[in-house]
Amino acid sequence: MTDVSYVRTEMLEEKAPPVSQAGIIKWLRDNMFSNIPNSILSIAALWAIYYVLSDVLPWTFKSSWNANSLDECRSAIAATYGEGTDGACWSVIHDRFLQLVFGFYPKALYWRPIVAFLLMFVAIAPVLFDGLPKKMLRFTMIYPFLAFWLLWGGSLWFPLMIIAGFVLGYLAYGVVSKMASSLVGMIAAVLVPIIWWLFLSGDVATMLQSIIPLSIEAVSSSNFGGFMLSITIGVIGIALSLPIGIVLALGRQSDLMIVKVICVGFIEFIRGVPLITLLFVASTLLNYFMPPGTNFDLILRVIIMVTLFASAYMAEVIRGGLAALPKGQYEGADSLGLDFWQSTRLIIMPQALKISIPNIVSSFIGLFKDTTLVSIIGLLDPIGLSTNIRANQEWNGVIWELYGFIALVFWLFCFSMSRYSMYLERKLQTGH
Amino acid sequence: MANAKKKLIVSDEVAIQIENMNKWYGSFHVLKDINLTVYRGERIVVCGPSGSGKSTLIRCVNALEEHQEGKITVDGTHLSSDLKNIDAIRSEVGMCFQHFNLFPHLSILENCTLAPIWVRKIPKKEAEETAMHFLEKVKIPEQADKYPGQLSGGQQQRVAIARSLCMQPRIMLFDEPTSALDPEMIKEVLDTMIELAEEGMTMICVTHEMGFARQVANRVIFMDAGQIVEQNEPEQFFNNPQSERTQLFLSQILGH
Repeated sequence: MTDVSYVRTEMLEEKAPPVSQAGIIKWLRDNMFSNIPNSILSIAALWAIYYVLSDVLPWTFKSSWNANSLDECRSAIAATYGEGTDGACWSVIHDRFLQLVFGFYPKALYWRPIVAFLLMFVAIAPVLFDGLPKKMLRFTMIYPFLAFWLLWGGSLWFPLMIIAGFVLGYLAYGVVSKMASSLVGMIAAVLVPIIWWLFLSGDVATMLQSIIPLSIEAVSSSNFGGFMLSITIGVIGIALSLPIGIVLALGRQSDLMIVKVICVGFIEFIRGVPLITLLFVASTLLNYFMPPGTNFDLILRVIIMVTLFASAYMAEVIRGGLAALPKGQYEGADSLGLDFWQSTRLIIMPQALKISIPNIVSSFIGLFKDTTLVSIIGLLDPIGLSTNIRANQEWNGVIWELYGFIALVFWLFCFSMSRYSMYLERKLQTGH
Repeated sequence: MANAKKKLIVSDEVAIQIENMNKWYGSFHVLKDINLTVYRGERIVVCGPSGSGKSTLIRCVNALEEHQEGKITVDGTHLSSDLKNIDAIRSEVGMCFQHFNLFPHLSILENCTLAPIWVRKIPKKEAEETAMHFLEKVKIPEQADKYPGQLSGGQQQRVAIARSLCMQPRIMLFDEPTSALDPEMIKEVLDTMIELAEEGMTMICVTHEMGFARQVANRVIFMDAGQIVEQNEPEQFFNNPQSERTQLFLSQILGH
């Protein structure tokens, strides 16, 4: 009979793995040649990559950068690399670079969009990364108005009056909620600024301007174009669609019948309509709804439509995040005596947003790329411009270089957003 | 422990009064004519088969569930549908859940200071001191900077208890606090609860830990099919159950 009793007297130490389990051989064996079908696929894939690159790379680098027309460019390539060489004509980018970036923005004022663009990074830095001084957020709050003023120019009093509206709303909330309930205060905080903006701010701004003139040269929206236009529409759309989407998602979950119906109706309507129809509404129909004589800026109308469109999608993305939260989180917050807004802001939203990060960023990327649709209603974004450039006799026939360049710039922006979202997900990871 | 139990004082001040309370889920009658008076300092254990309405009962006390008929008075405050009263009651009544319901995106310390800072408007510094005091009390001050996901189940439940205590509640509700725990961790949570009981906290615990009931409770309530079937002192309850249903239940849970 065998003895079944056994007692371990000492615990075993960890040992290093065998040599075949480390290094490049192991990696190749695991990842490329683990069995015969995989080996065949690996070799086929390598061949396909070689096939594409062997054509694309020579085309990219056997190129001409300094020519004034397509013909000149072709002959320059033939002279340098031999007759019959197929090379890229990057000259078109070189020639039209400023136009592709700034559209028809006055040359002397290029510094304004550049400053606005650079300041944008200062403004979003404290939102994107922690560890920066909290005071920077104050600049973030001023930035939208500053950027507006830099891009469109005109009187400084106008954006200041818009800020004044927010300040008035804040004051109205403070005063009214002390006198009556906080609900009345909130209504006052919405109504007072709207009345101010609609009826008073314009006149006050004109008056102040006549007393203390503070203005820079105004630039009309029709001069906007190129990547500057895409970025303007994209950034504003992104910045506004998230908060509006949050409000819509909360509204959709509300117990208040009317709020819920309005939110669901809005979301389902906007999601059921192609963006391009909304843009046509913005460019043509919307003016019919305005009082006669009002000239409502086209870019502003487009921004509103793009924002509404993105908000509807954002609302659904966030609703997904809210639905993924266990009921216990709501109960945990409730049981501690937090009220609805406190628990939403401190417990529910941070978690729902965290769950939704990949989808939120997907929406942002989609929105940014969708800005190219404005070319269809005649705005000169990079795509609209490239159509015009190609219609020009000098550059008639250039396709790959222009669209390739535009694609590369869009890709850079979208790829950075995607990388940031992955960084954010890692940072917010609080499990094991 | 027998001595410790004698020290527990039950006053004749009413902490919770439930009168003729009825609750339905749709057309399903979950709680039927519940009448219960809890005095300050009482440690009540509620037991019963699953689906008997015991969790629903204590969840009605802090209005996590709405009752349709009857009257609940907590600490003299009448529980109505007015949101102001509900928040006031919830901040006086601490609750621990089966699945802890800690906030996974906040550190342990932040979990504990959140409600005191936002509901009680206590300065952050002071709230943190209180939180550390209670984390020491549940014996895990060294975990303060970790996140809930990094702690064991027993530790998480003790954090949940500390989080409730940080609001300085006058009543604590426990909803099966040990049901989701590994056997090795049940004891550490029960020890914390025993300590709490010895300090005179008014407690209502829904639990199947009969050892805990014998040791700590001054009253055991047995529920079945949405009604209170039997209640008694633990000695009497366990040794001399009156109702047939109670006898069956006890023989099943104590049988092995």
